[in-house]
Amino acid sequence: MHPILKLVAQRVALGCLLLFAASVLIFAGTTILPGDVAQQILGQAATPENLANLRAELGLNDPPLTRYFSWLGGVMQGDLGTALTNGRDIAESLGDRLSNTLFLAFWAALISVPLAIFLGLLAVRYKDRWPDKLISGVTLTTISIPEFMIGYILIYWISIRFGWFSSVAIINDSMSLGQKLNAIAIPVMVLTLVVLAHMMRMTRAAILNVMQSAYIETAELKGMPMLKIIRKHAFPNAIAPIVNVVMINLAYLVVGVVVVEVVFAYPGMGQYLVDHVAKRDIPVVQACGLIFAAVYIGLNLVADIVSILANPRLRHPK
Amino acid sequence: MTDPLLKVRGLKIGATIYPPGEKSRDIEIVHGVDFDLEKGKVLGLIGESGAGKSTIGLASMAYGRGGVELTGGSVEVNGRDILKSGIRDIRRLRGAEVTYVSQSAAASFNPAKKIMEQVIEAAVLQGKFARREAEDRAVELFRKLGLPDPENIGQRYPHQVSGGQLQRCMTALALCPQPDLVVFDEPTTALDVTTQIDVLAAIKEAIRDTGVAALYITHDLAVVAQVSDHIMVLRMGEMVEYGTVDQIINAPQAEYTQALVSVRSIKHIEKQPTGTPMLKVEGITARYSGTDFDVLRNINVEMYPGQTLAVVGESGSGKSTLARVITGLLPPSAGSITFDGRTLTSNLAQRPRDDLRELQMIYQMADTAMNPRQTVGTIIGRPLEFYFGLKGAEKQRRIQELLDEIELGEGFQDRYPAELSGGQKQRVCIARALAAKPKLIICDEVTSALDPLVADGILKLLLNLQKIEDVAYLFITHDLATVKAIADSIAVMYMGEVVRYGPKSQVLSPPFDDYTDLLLSSVPEMKLGWLEEVIEHRKMESAGN
Repeated sequence: MHPILKLVAQRVALGCLLLFAASVLIFAGTTILPGDVAQQILGQAATPENLANLRAELGLNDPPLTRYFSWLGGVMQGDLGTALTNGRDIAESLGDRLSNTLFLAFWAALISVPLAIFLGLLAVRYKDRWPDKLISGVTLTTISIPEFMIGYILIYWISIRFGWFSSVAIINDSMSLGQKLNAIAIPVMVLTLVVLAHMMRMTRAAILNVMQSAYIETAELKGMPMLKIIRKHAFPNAIAPIVNVVMINLAYLVVGVVVVEVVFAYPGMGQYLVDHVAKRDIPVVQACGLIFAAVYIGLNLVADIVSILANPRLRHPK
Repeated sequence: MTDPLLKVRGLKIGATIYPPGEKSRDIEIVHGVDFDLEKGKVLGLIGESGAGKSTIGLASMAYGRGGVELTGGSVEVNGRDILKSGIRDIRRLRGAEVTYVSQSAAASFNPAKKIMEQVIEAAVLQGKFARREAEDRAVELFRKLGLPDPENIGQRYPHQVSGGQLQRCMTALALCPQPDLVVFDEPTTALDVTTQIDVLAAIKEAIRDTGVAALYITHDLAVVAQVSDHIMVLRMGEMVEYGTVDQIINAPQAEYTQALVSVRSIKHIEKQPTGTPMLKVEGITARYSGTDFDVLRNINVEMYPGQTLAVVGESGSGKSTLARVITGLLPPSAGSITFDGRTLTSNLAQRPRDDLRELQMIYQMADTAMNPRQTVGTIIGRPLEFYFGLKGAEKQRRIQELLDEIELGEGFQDRYPAELSGGQKQRVCIARALAAKPKLIICDEVTSALDPLVADGILKLLLNLQKIEDVAYLFITHDLATVKAIADSIAVMYMGEVVRYGPKSQVLSPPFDDYTDLLLSSVPEMKLGWLEEVIEHRKMESAGN
């Protein structure tokens, strides 16, 4: 077998194992969480008998191991269970929310990833001169401010003072793409500002690292202009670390948007999760956790595989 | 008379250095150098590291490596002073009129691109040839340089060809744009001697056939004598002597040049084995975990107290692995090692402290073998504490004794490794090994990172210490001149086996086996026409077979 196939297969298998481990952790974590969902549902109407009945009905009296495997079995078949609080199918409600979150993440990524790499290249080209310092300064400032703060600042200036975009990012299926984009403009800006610095600095560091190599000197001694050297000789060798940091940030865009979604009242996964944590709705929390874990592991798996494929020694063995 | 191709006048080169803990300051590393190079001629630049030879070579492309700056004088290429040119004009010069071959082709090729793409890049970029033409030219050069499968080797990636082949590809890269001048910067230094001779012959032939002029930079006078018309000897940024190859080799004027020519003239008469063997290596076979071939196969050697066994071979022959097996770092899969009458366990962790003490090591890179944050005193004092429990004044006294033995005086105790020269660092490593009062020191290529004159000093020191301390050396090296200087007995290794073993006089006298013959005849000799003689001799031999 080609060594690359073997390596990739190994990574995929490891990813599956990791996901399994994550499911155990999520289940264990939610099981030891304080609070009682039966108590929550019944509220004022809770009598000892009512509580006992509801617990039995929800299967809360079974041993944890039994509950874990029945949950896992369901997940494997695409059944994430039903929400305890409203009795709706989780997979169905989650589907809408997930696609909203992905929609937001997609546009944020589409802007931030090329921008970060471009700024990184620019910073290398003008290393230690004012463009480099300006780029570093601005991106470091935006990553240092909490994202809800950036959110409110942008709402104040862009939405309230200038009135360009809406401050609330509520979208639904009846809206056209243009309307949707208009609605998410400010959250996309916030997310972009948050993830930009990390990716840009990593791009800069990875390329500067490669720029120390003897083959960059060879290119310089061929009379090649600097930008062309960066593009043709440095960038291809810096892909692996750049892809790694890009993937971590993409994962963040999906998994870490909770705060931004709450600030803008955006109907995504994050909001959904926060709502149901408050209601002690364990199956929903578990389902969200599992999907977040899957996204995270999946994107990092992609980064790993790209790193393997980007290595000419592995791609073209002797 | 026509103008020379390269005319250098009063060239001054400076650099900014950043000494640890001090303010950065500017220093001058080349102090005004003049020379001319006619079209089609080869000038050898020779000197120790730090002499400024690479810096001068790169100055002919108006390039300063790292923080190096060309601060004064003029460098005229084809009549234009390139130090006064703008960056655009300089870019048009680089890769078109002047090209460069570096010491390490392995590092100078981009690992992510095919060889062909990189070989033709400058020629196409500079508009010298169209892509197709450049490719045809590259194939022609590959053929001329004796590369296997010249039609297709360009489609490979750098890691898919050997070091010697890559060095030839680099030469093709430099010749492809049809330059007027090629700067060869130690192009064969990183290669094994048997590879070096082929690359050297290929480079020489290519220079002759294309009529290109060249600056040939090296620290090895014997090598430069084979390819140059003239030689310039440099020392600490100044020209020491300039002359024809014949004059420099056979009638050197400057004292320094005379020292360079007579380097490696240590006469060491082998000692006869006395008493019982101290170290017996019997039937050692070893492999690294995760691999499926033996790097050592059935090794048998013996060592006597106070004597030197030189293990000689090229990279990959297994000589360093043998050292790892003896020290216990790599347990062998078969065979045994007897040291001083007792069998050494193959597992390092189970060796008693006395076994560890009596068997010390010195490494090639003195730099990385010392903790940069410890002073020389601490480094040498550590084995004294560890093995003998010495403390306080007694320890200080012993450290000073050791420093005296390695010919470093007072005041070195408080210095850090970064404040020492390469030769001094290696001396400290020797003192650290001696501090343990060992019976055997394994020296792994201890002189190969050093300049010839410095290396000579280290070898003399080692021989001297052997007399005083009666310590035995297992001396691992690829350099036959070093072997001649220090060995009592020799083991020649080739692909994991000892192919020739015995007292020095016997190993180095004919009749030879094929490999030893190849190895010995590949070592450059300091005489004119040596390269042609060897190549001619080999051609005749292969025709005879």
